[in-house]
Amino acid sequence: MSTLTLREAPPERLDFLSISPLALSGLTQAEAERLEIGTSRRGVKLGDCFAVSLDGSDSLTIEGGHERLDRVGASLSGGTIRVVGDVGQRLGAGMASGTLTVTGHAGPYAGSGATGGTITIEGDAGDYAGGAVYAAKAGLDGATLIVRGRAGAHCGDRMRRGLILVGQAGAHAGARMIAGTIAALEVGDLPGYGMRRGTLVTGKHGTLSPTFVETGSHDLVFLRLLGKHLRAVSEAHAALLDRPLRRYSGDLATLAKGEIWVAG
Amino acid sequence: MSGVTSEPHPMSDLTLNGIRVIDTFAEAFDVAGTAIVVTNDTPKWAMIAATTMTGFATSVIGCGAEAGIDAILSPDQTPDGRPGVRILLFGFEPNGLKDQLIKRVGQCILTCPGTACYAGVDGPNKIKLGGAIRYFGDGFAIAKRVPDETGKERRYWRIPVMDGEFLCEDSVRAVEGAVGGGNLLFLGRTHAETLKVAEFAVEAASSIPGAILPFPGGIVRSGSKVGGRTKGMMASTNDAYCPTLKGRAGSALPPECGVVLEIVIDALTSQGVSDSMRAGLHAATEVGERHGLIAVTAGNYGGNLGRHHYHLRDLLAPAAGQEG
Repeated sequence: MSTLTLREAPPERLDFLSISPLALSGLTQAEAERLEIGTSRRGVKLGDCFAVSLDGSDSLTIEGGHERLDRVGASLSGGTIRVVGDVGQRLGAGMASGTLTVTGHAGPYAGSGATGGTITIEGDAGDYAGGAVYAAKAGLDGATLIVRGRAGAHCGDRMRRGLILVGQAGAHAGARMIAGTIAALEVGDLPGYGMRRGTLVTGKHGTLSPTFVETGSHDLVFLRLLGKHLRAVSEAHAALLDRPLRRYSGDLATLAKGEIWVAG
Repeated sequence: MSGVTSEPHPMSDLTLNGIRVIDTFAEAFDVAGTAIVVTNDTPKWAMIAATTMTGFATSVIGCGAEAGIDAILSPDQTPDGRPGVRILLFGFEPNGLKDQLIKRVGQCILTCPGTACYAGVDGPNKIKLGGAIRYFGDGFAIAKRVPDETGKERRYWRIPVMDGEFLCEDSVRAVEGAVGGGNLLFLGRTHAETLKVAEFAVEAASSIPGAILPFPGGIVRSGSKVGGRTKGMMASTNDAYCPTLKGRAGSALPPECGVVLEIVIDALTSQGVSDSMRAGLHAATEVGERHGLIAVTAGNYGGNLGRHHYHLRDLLAPAAGQEG
């Protein structure tokens, strides 16, 4: 397992787009240490901030995270990255496959545009977790994003495919969803605001938009399939589906093929 | 697709369990085949859906497809954890199979209360099923992707219907190597006794996974030959095996034979046909003596029409693992 150990707090925001197990596997330690990760004219290199230890494997551990580490695991196409600590924005953005784990907190836009793989944040996530960055067509796009703690506002904004599991999500969870599934133990105000399609399952919610209409309780076969899938990832979220569920259909201001399931 | 023995059987030395087995072969054909799983809240309604869908599916010539129930599935064997039934469907070619599949699922599974429909086999050829039936949803249908237990993502259509939703997998798979037309003919003395023999054979033959016997109760009494004396007939009665035509030139029946019943087998693999025929042959001959079975033979067209030939000689040995 290759390891990057943070020596001290980074002097500026760092861009980890080019740091992946695959990219490091073909480099010598000296070459790896010379990789540019700075975002200013200072020209910060990997070796300036991290002690580098490589073994050529497809597994990378970043010991000592920091909120200034941006785009960790972005465009990851395989292998495993584990961050012991926090990360900055756009964790796993555009990731295609592999496993990405953060033991601390993550900044905004975690999992944005990720098409595959699994991203797990043991702590909290910032706003727009699984959401779309400015001008992007879609947020999460097929990957699985797990936030054990809280996610900020606009979780899953414009997500198109995939699954988001979150403990508590802020306001506007699932806003403008194109499709996909979000399961949250609790969401804030206006969940699913402007959603076109997609499924949001929650145990508790804030104010619901008047453009959602209750369709009653239904024992649908789809929920069995979803429950089976959720159970493999989180028992607590799967348990939501074991309770009596009320279904809200919306957002009637848009395509209205979305749904919010509220566990009673 | 019941076959005809093209010429009267020669005298044979083959015997199995004391019953004469004619040294001939069953001739079978390459067909397009698929499998689906239908589930419901109760085994009863899963079976109602399955029997409805597999109705009028005895022969591809007259029905467009041959279909049957392959297995009854317990809740832990189905994707949604409900009781289910695995159905096999065979057609002459992939397009015909697709047409029949969509019609039958659309008319018999979609309409059945509580039923859901899933792909029941993996294969190289995709048949759009839910993706075609979704138009019944009039734009209100929802597609959802959910990974299965192996992590493979599957796409489903949720079509609003009056009891909630009809859930149907977007596409199913057609296999390569499916074979239709394996068969056995039982030459007996009386109708009741020969029917019992055939029933034993059906039970054994249909126990092979991936094999079905599409005729009523698995048994066909109207074996056919290609063409006929009437112009335009694609098939006509298998006169060589009609007991009321005994004594004429061309009859293949010994004087003591009063009834002939046939079983026809379709399977997703050639091995499935072979295993199923073997099981049927052994089961029939085991009970044959006490039920007046005279001989067992098989139908073929001289070997020129179908590329799969199942020689009864090769089926006399018990299945691997069941010796002695």
